[in-house]
Amino acid sequence: MTGPEILLLVTLATPVLGAVAAAGLPVEDDRAGRILGTVVAGVTFLVSASLVLDRPSGRGMWSEVDLPWVPGLDLRFHIGVDGLSYPLVVLTTLLTFLCALYTCWHVPSSGGRPRGRQLVALLLVIEVGIVGVFLALDLVLFFVFFEVVLLPMYAVIAVWGGEARRAAARKFVLYTLFGSVLLLVGVFTVVASAGTADIVALSAGQGAAMPYGTQLFAFVLLALAFAVKSPLWPFHTWLPDAHTEAPTVGSVILAGVLLKMGTYGLIRVAVGAAPAGAEAVAPILGILAVAAIIVGGLVCLAQTELKRLIAYSSVGHMGFVLLGIATLTGAGLQAAVIGNIAHGVITGLLFFLAGAIKDRAHTGDLANLGGLREVAPGLAGVLGFAAIASLGLPGLAGFWGEAFAVFAAFQRGGALWITLGVIAAAGAALAAAYFLRLLRRVTHGAASPAVSTVEPRWLTGAELVSWAPLVVLALVLGLVPALVVDPAAGPVAGLVDRVVAP
Amino acid sequence: MTIDHVALLPAYAAAGTAVLAFLVEVALPGRRAAVLGATMLGTVATGVAAVWVHRGGGERVAFCVEPAGCSYQWDGRAALIGILFATATLVVAALSVSVLRSGAVPAGEYCFLLACSLTGGVVLGASRDLITLIIALETLTLPLFVLVGLRRRQTASAEAAVTFFVVSVVSTAVTLLGAALLYGATGTVHLDGLAAALSDRTGLVSVPLVGAAVVLVLVGLAFKVAAVPFHAWAPATYDGAPLPVAAYLSTASKLGGVVALLLVGVVGLGPWLDVSGPAFAVIAVLTMTVGNLVALRQRRMVRLLAWSSVAQAGYILAPLGAFATASGRGDIDLAVSAVLAYTVFYILLELGAFGAVIALRGAGDGGALDDYRGTARSHPWLTGAFVLAMAGLAGLPPGLAGLFAKVAVVRALLGGAAGWLAIVVALNAVVGLAYYVRAALALFAREEPVAVASARTAEARPPRGSARAPVATRAPVAARVRVPLAVGAALAVVTIAAIVVGLAPQLVLDAVRL
Repeated sequence: MTGPEILLLVTLATPVLGAVAAAGLPVEDDRAGRILGTVVAGVTFLVSASLVLDRPSGRGMWSEVDLPWVPGLDLRFHIGVDGLSYPLVVLTTLLTFLCALYTCWHVPSSGGRPRGRQLVALLLVIEVGIVGVFLALDLVLFFVFFEVVLLPMYAVIAVWGGEARRAAARKFVLYTLFGSVLLLVGVFTVVASAGTADIVALSAGQGAAMPYGTQLFAFVLLALAFAVKSPLWPFHTWLPDAHTEAPTVGSVILAGVLLKMGTYGLIRVAVGAAPAGAEAVAPILGILAVAAIIVGGLVCLAQTELKRLIAYSSVGHMGFVLLGIATLTGAGLQAAVIGNIAHGVITGLLFFLAGAIKDRAHTGDLANLGGLREVAPGLAGVLGFAAIASLGLPGLAGFWGEAFAVFAAFQRGGALWITLGVIAAAGAALAAAYFLRLLRRVTHGAASPAVSTVEPRWLTGAELVSWAPLVVLALVLGLVPALVVDPAAGPVAGLVDRVVAP
Repeated sequence: MTIDHVALLPAYAAAGTAVLAFLVEVALPGRRAAVLGATMLGTVATGVAAVWVHRGGGERVAFCVEPAGCSYQWDGRAALIGILFATATLVVAALSVSVLRSGAVPAGEYCFLLACSLTGGVVLGASRDLITLIIALETLTLPLFVLVGLRRRQTASAEAAVTFFVVSVVSTAVTLLGAALLYGATGTVHLDGLAAALSDRTGLVSVPLVGAAVVLVLVGLAFKVAAVPFHAWAPATYDGAPLPVAAYLSTASKLGGVVALLLVGVVGLGPWLDVSGPAFAVIAVLTMTVGNLVALRQRRMVRLLAWSSVAQAGYILAPLGAFATASGRGDIDLAVSAVLAYTVFYILLELGAFGAVIALRGAGDGGALDDYRGTARSHPWLTGAFVLAMAGLAGLPPGLAGLFAKVAVVRALLGGAAGWLAIVVALNAVVGLAYYVRAALALFAREEPVAVASARTAEARPPRGSARAPVATRAPVAARVRVPLAVGAALAVVTIAAIVVGLAPQLVLDAVRL
């Protein structure tokens, strides 16, 4: 086994071992458990980041591991990394590390004895599931990793969440399980018809060789599954509740990377395995995506709760990502790739901020917030930065995904796509409107009673350490989008060829 | 007619176990441990014999008559079924320690009946004619009537026993009527002979008559797996029975029904799968849907598990629904393997779930979900085992065994071009998760005084936090129960086995393909 292969396995194995070790510590060592988990998450981040060192020049996988696991179920332990998955893998390990780090100082209340080490352990298990999804090159393995995330995330919301946590957690787990069982059926529809579960082989033409009807059926199932996860309007209703009730670190992981499992799956699995089905369903997907942008924007304009507003803004942003995918053009898929990463970075930061504000002011109600700039200028400054990055100001990370998605819709041409592009552009303006409204409500004006008593007024060490990388990334990706776009160019071109060629 | 006694060895071992339990009870009256130990040793011997007879592959037969064929055949699948029955019986026997110790149940009778039931199960897997099969199935079931009602001075127990008895007798009568009609139409009771005689429909005496016979036989057997609409006996019976017996009913007894359905429906009535296939599909859909929907409303642990096991029977039968279409009948072995694989995974997980409940509740009944509050803190390991079993039954990681079980079923269905049934199975899994999560979550609820506590005691209620004082609060029974070694060991073994087959499901998939 060569070095790169070992690195891949270590990326997945380290968090598993860390989770077991951290959760197994006794209650007296809660803090030690959290620190241990953070160290493990940090090591995982470094290992996953080093995967880029073996990047070859060609289009294919950078490195792969392919081992038999359950031949009776067509399941191979086949993982690999390429330009499409690498940025997401690193984003996942980075966000998990930052969340674990944050947990070293801030443990959300779970009632009773301290359970911070279990929270960190669950974050590590979730990391395994998400990274596994991004790395999987076997359809069945992809499904297995997709399922790994469900119950740990449920536990994070149900144990460490807000007041209505039980209902929100149940809604989350049932909706997303609905998605993943459709994924199961879709996966085996493809496997039964194409005779292979190898994603590389499927994307290379075996998927396109399936009969048209099968491709359509498989794509609809897979797209539904991923639409629930992403989430695409009208399957998004679990998201605001889950985000609002989840603890800060849960929201960050949820918005930052968990949603990306859906969009990544759509690109890698659904479009890759059933290109003709994708071609047929694309207009519907595009219309729903634009509906998500508009609905998300309008709901945000009327939102009165901080976390809920950010949650609904995710619906809109993911709408742009899905619009990019729906165009099935090179520019559109590139837009989806950069949009995914940008949304993960920025919304992760926004949820960190929302959590910090709610912890300090003890309310998330916009009517009771106000004048944060006067009282806590540091916090207000970062919030302003994140909001402006999120609304898509050129020069910051949020811009590229949205601009490229609209551009791709125009490039695709035809009355439908041009209309969609125009509406999406209007939706981007909506985003500007609601984020500016948010800033006016929260940072400007005279300090409200809830805000005037916030403690601490300056950013704490934990916040500085865990937010700084995200702020830097939002800036760097905005200035040099090629960091993400270039490595993804090869795989995206491969996918687009399949769609257009037949 | 020559009789190969080696082939019969597993059956002898099982029957010998029953006799041994009886003799030990007579020789050492009141020595419960000795009786139970003898029974468990005999059960292990039965399992060993089941494998030993099949060593080196091939098959051994007994009770052969020319030209009809053999009534008894010990092959790979018979060995697998024998092992499964022995395992389930062994685990149930170990789990019975609490009940036996409490004195609520007489040890000698209990062990004797359990071993009798085991004998029926072992023979069932090897039976190759309708008469042997039905008698084996009755030998499996008959002792259970008594076991269900064995708790002394318990009305619920007696009621459960009578319900179970009546339903079972009726279902056996229906099966026998169908078998008689089949014999009348074909002149044979041997499964291979039946398959041969039935394959040519134009040569049959009366096609409608055979159709009626097929339906009657299968309906009668569907009672045994508690498939809807023949399921109503199960929840009441499970809830009234001693917990280990409920565990046996939902695993070994259900396995018996599945094996009988496979032997009769697929082997004997194989040529009529175009008739029985749609029936299997309808029964499977109804069973999983009704089981899941009713389980949603359950407030008592055992009833919830009972309805969930109804739903699980639906998943077990689902791959047979693929026979409804011609392309689905193309690969019969794929569907049968999926059925058996699911059954193996299910038995392990169900034993894990019941094992955890028994460990927590001791000799008592399953209780209400609310009675489990605070368990996560007082018994973290037992809670872990229970959560793993629940996750597995729901088909989600960390219960990988259950995940792969569902994958096997869906894969078989899509391989058999029954996509619609796969979607029904998938959607049912979503409904199922709702109550599995609720059952698991009940253990994590904080101990709080319950409104049931009377006003007088409520005043004397200690402040929150010290609520574990065994006074006014309906504090968890679990907090006071010491888990007997045998129960803990059995639960540990089952849980570890579930983890192992979850990581290496190929072990099970290879075993069922024998």
